[in-house]
This record gives sequence, C-alpha cells and structure tokens, in this order.
Amino acid sequence: MAVIQAVGPAPVEKVPSGIAGFDQITGGGLPAGRSTLVCGAPGSGKTIFAVEFLVRGAQLGEKGVFITFEESVADLTRNVASLGFNLAQLQEQKLLAVDYVHLDPAEIEEAGGYSLDGLFVRLAHSLDAVGAKRVAIDTLEVLFSTLKDDAVVRAETQRLFRFLKDRGVTAVVTAEAGAGALTRQGLEEYVSDCVVWLGQSVSDQLATRFLRIVKYRGSSHGTNEYPFLIDDSGFSVVPASSLQLDYQVSEERISSGVPSLDGMLGGNGFFRTSTILVSGSAGSGKSILAAHLANATCQRGERCVLFAFEESPAQIVRNMRSVGLDLRKWQERGLLELHATRPSLYGLEMHLVSMHKAISEFKPTTVILDPISSFTSAGKVPQIKAMLVRLFDWLKTQQITGLVTCLTTAANRDEVDLGISSLIDTWIEVRELEIAGERNRALYLLKSRGMSHSNQIRELVISDTGISLADVFTGEGGVLIGSAKLAELNRRTREEQERAADVARSERLLEIKRENLEAQISALRAEYAAHAEEVQRRLRSSRESADAARSDRDMLSRLRTDFGNRFGSNGGGQ
Amino acid sequence: MTDNPYRTKTPRPFGAKMAPNDPSDGERWNLRLYVAGETPKCVQAFQHLKQICEEHLQGRYSIEVIDLLKNPTLAQGDQIIAIPTLVRQLPPPVKKIIGDLTNTERVVVGLNLIPIKPELRRAK
Repeated sequence: MAVIQAVGPAPVEKVPSGIAGFDQITGGGLPAGRSTLVCGAPGSGKTIFAVEFLVRGAQLGEKGVFITFEESVADLTRNVASLGFNLAQLQEQKLLAVDYVHLDPAEIEEAGGYSLDGLFVRLAHSLDAVGAKRVAIDTLEVLFSTLKDDAVVRAETQRLFRFLKDRGVTAVVTAEAGAGALTRQGLEEYVSDCVVWLGQSVSDQLATRFLRIVKYRGSSHGTNEYPFLIDDSGFSVVPASSLQLDYQVSEERISSGVPSLDGMLGGNGFFRTSTILVSGSAGSGKSILAAHLANATCQRGERCVLFAFEESPAQIVRNMRSVGLDLRKWQERGLLELHATRPSLYGLEMHLVSMHKAISEFKPTTVILDPISSFTSAGKVPQIKAMLVRLFDWLKTQQITGLVTCLTTAANRDEVDLGISSLIDTWIEVRELEIAGERNRALYLLKSRGMSHSNQIRELVISDTGISLADVFTGEGGVLIGSAKLAELNRRTREEQERAADVARSERLLEIKRENLEAQISALRAEYAAHAEEVQRRLRSSRESADAARSDRDMLSRLRTDFGNRFGSNGGGQ
Repeated sequence: MTDNPYRTKTPRPFGAKMAPNDPSDGERWNLRLYVAGETPKCVQAFQHLKQICEEHLQGRYSIEVIDLLKNPTLAQGDQIIAIPTLVRQLPPPVKKIIGDLTNTERVVVGLNLIPIKPELRRAK
C-alpha cells in the first residue's frame, strides 16, 4: 500500500513555554511569533500563566515584556514572589520589562476620534529596550471597559495582534471568561492561532483546576481537560495518558529487597519500569513489603519517592525501624523522599498533579504509593482508575518502577483490583489465613508478566530483620501455616523418628538373623568337616588294607612261581 | 520650523489680559498634548485645542506638545495609550481628554472650562 505523504508548508514552529507539562500537551509549546489567548474566570490563573511564560522565557534566554492593565508593578512583583519569581531581579538584569498601563475611567474624557498609538509606542519602546522575544498582556479587556468607543478599541485590538505578529514576538494575551463565550469581549475572534482555557471544576467539595487547549491552528494537541496545580514554583500541568502504548521496556531486573521474593520472581526480582501491585487485607505487611523495595532502591544508590496516604513520614520511619529497615539514613542521604498527604485534602486530579510534580523534581527510579485504596475518599472507582492509568502510564514513559499497595476487604476486593489489574505487571497478593485459631500471612503471585514465576504460596514472616518468605506445608487439611505448620512439622518429625527407629530395629533383627545363620552355617561346616575327615580316614584305611592284600597276593604268587621252578620243570630257562 | 503644525503663538505675558468676569482669576493652565507624529488627528487636535484655549483661557495657558515617536519614554509618566491625548496638568486635578477634540463641548466640559462662563453657570 502506498503511503500518502502530506505535502504542504512546514508545521507550525513552536517555542517552549517553559511551563511544566504544558509543552508536552501542546507538542512543543506555544506557536512561535504568534499570539496565544489565555482565557478563564477570575482567579483561574491567567496572570500567573502569563508571568510564568515570561519568567521561564527569561530562563530560556528569551527576553520578555509584560504589559499589565490590572496590577501595578509593585503589586505584581509582590504577588508572584510567592511563586518563586523575582521580577525585580529580572528587570535589573534587563531580561524583563514590566509596563503598568493604568487607566482610570473617571479621569478620561473622550472628545473625537483617537487611536491607541500611545499603547503601540509604549509596547514598541519596551520591546526595543530589552530586545524582547516574548510579550504578555494582562488583560486587554480593561481597554474595553475604560474606553467608550468600542469600534475603535476593536479595530485597535486587531491592529495590536497584527503588530505583535509583524514584530515576530510570541505573545500571551489574557482575557476574562464571558457568559456563554470564551471571552467577554470576543477576543478569540482576533487571536486565531492558539486559545487556552483555564477552568476550575468542583466535585464533592473538592476543587480541581484544569487547562484545555481550545484551539491550536496548524498543530495537533491534546483535547482533554488537563489538571494543573499552582504552587510555590508556579504552574504544573499533568498531561493525560499518552495515547500510544509505546514506552520502552527494560530487561533489567531489580531486587524487591526480599531475597526469597526475588526467588519467586524467577530468581531476579522485578523488571525495572514495571508496575507492581501489592494487595492484601489490613495488617498483611503490604507497607513493609513496599518499604523493602524502597530500601533496596536506595541501597543501589537510586532515588525513591514514597507517597503515603495513611501515615506520617515520622511514623513510617519509626515503624519500619522496628522491622530492621533504616529509612532515615536514606532520607538524610537524599535518596528517599516521603510525602504524606491526606487523600481527602484535595481531588484526585490534584493528587495526580502534586505527585507528578514531586516525581519530576526528585527524579526517582522507584515510586511507591501506599495505599491507593485510600483514594476512595477522594473520588469514585472509575476516576481512581483513570488517575492511576495516567500515573502508571507516565511512570512507564519516565522509566520509573512503580509499586502501589491496595487494601482489600471483602467488599472492595473485586472493584479496586479489577479496575487496575490490567495495568499491573506483577501482582502480589498477601492474604491472611486463619487456621487453628490464629492468623498468618500467606503470599503468592497472582501474575508476573514476562517472567517465569513461582506458583507457590509462601508464608510471609515479619521479624525484626524484615520480611522473609518460608515454605508452607500442604497436607490433607490444605495449606498449613503458622503454628499449625509447626504442629505438622513436629508431627512429621515424630513420624520420621519413629520410622527411623523402625528401620533401625529391623536392621538389627536382620543382623541377628544373619549372625544366627552364619553360626549355624559354621556349625554345619564343622560337622561336615568332621564327617569328611572320618570318611577320608576310612577310605584311607580301606585303601591301605587293599594294598596290603594285593602285596600279600603278589608275594604269594611270587613264592608260588619260585616253588614251581624248583619242584616242577627242569629248570626253566631265564 | 515654519512647517511645524504644533507651533504655538508666543503666549501673552501671564495675567496680561483676562476676561473681566473670570472667577478663576489668575489661575494658570498647563496643558500637554501627546501626539504621535503629524497624523491628521493629531494636527486637528492641536488646532482645536488652540482655538478653545484662545476662546476660554486667553493668555493664561501654555500648551506643551509631546511627540511620542520622538520621546516614547514619556508615554509612561502620564499613562498615555490613546493618541491624541490632552492632559490638564494645572490646575489640579489631572484631567485627560482623548481624541481629536472635534467635540468642543466635550473638551470644555472635560477641562472644566464651563464654570468660567457666567452665562452657562447661570443656565445650570
């Protein structure tokens, strides 16, 4: 099949905005040399977007001009200082020019036709003064509310966008959301290249900020509502899951921190960048198993982030010390970061964004979420699943190994597990077994993609040196574990001993029998020997008497011959 | 300099001639007109302004024309965005009138020139 190649002008050139996550969802950033309209309701973060666009630009070596209609330079500088942006310093370094255009409707009277050349002159002057490549205007709509001649303002607005385009600067223009329209003054009509919408949604009393690319001429872009966070380092947007399943896979294996568990996993542990689920009932040792992985990661000198939703960092450190895992040591060396947040603190999206941010900053190779089941207090199962899909997906693209724990109860077992099981590469289940009046932990692998793994159930033993896995006994009564296993072990030992005694006894009996028999044999031999001697003796004597008789006869016959010679014939001749 | 459209006549000496019934006696008017080059609107504004001043403030005003194309930095001080803009610096408070000043009534009202016209004040 012939491949049809698109023939046409080169795709839109883009400049990175520098805003975390935004450049991913737009496939490179804002359209270079064009204007982007950023609109949203009051408090949606438009100004911060505009300021960060310039601040990041300055860091990327693109100087900028900020035209503010709303806040004075001093106010603006103070307000964005909390986001870690030092506008005063950037102005001193000539990387940024801020021009506050103050318009007081009470002061201005209109008498006849006018143009906004004054604004253009100021803008052009600021652009030239710093050699700006970026411009942010916040917000142009003040012009509409201050000046009465709407037609002039509209014409001049159009001219402004043309001016910006002619100057080849990349611009961000903010605008207030209008009723039933993107912007109150319909500015989206003038900016045709890129329109970004900032919004906020509240569900179950939890507010989530989100960003949406309404339009991006000449470029493909994500169409979703991407949650974002504004915190002490500015904007961060989380790209929703990538559409393709095309992440790189690793052949490398990493230890789970529990040698016997590695043994169950084909002898080498988990695949690097795989996603691991540890599910189990309360107190089954999920967190400890997770801490083992964290410990093993840090031992390799790699970084690990642990997000805890039920325990405080201090509590985790203390609890893990009791099983012989010194997590504080890794914290001090900067290899381990513990983040503890209440799941109900904010919505799922915000959790995702904050985790995203922490991971991006710390750059760990292993990420642990303990437990994901507590998200049920922040959202419903389908949303949790959607969030986890995006998180796992992103972890894979970042080549990060992820381990999540999940509390299972009889009620949610199927819900939570099945929701994400398809995303899981290795699924470890720890179950409490109640046998003979005690509860014990049994661990088994539900699945582990891409490796031969044990199908055995092992007993998970937690001691003050951590987790170890012991073989379990299977008997007529099923799996035997804990003291039932001990009893079985004792019983077997006893049986063994008895059997051994039996064997020894039999062997002894046999020996005795053999000895008896041999005694009999030697007696018979002696008897035979005596008999044989007797027979020999008799034979000898009879043979001797026969010889004697023969010699007697010979002698007699000789004698007879001699006698004949003398008395019979005349001499015989010899 | 002959072709300078913003050329002002030499103002009369301060207080030399005043309208006899002027209540704001001795008040000095400092006006500033911001223009950008010699566009028709700007030239028109200047001519209208001169006309109005001659009528109402004869001898008590000065007009400073600032061309932003030559001095762009001056736009920031008086917060100029529209061209032409007339700024009344004195007497306070500062007043701004934008446009080519074709609407004379508006200019007169905007500059608070009305009170000095007794017949208008009475009509109020």
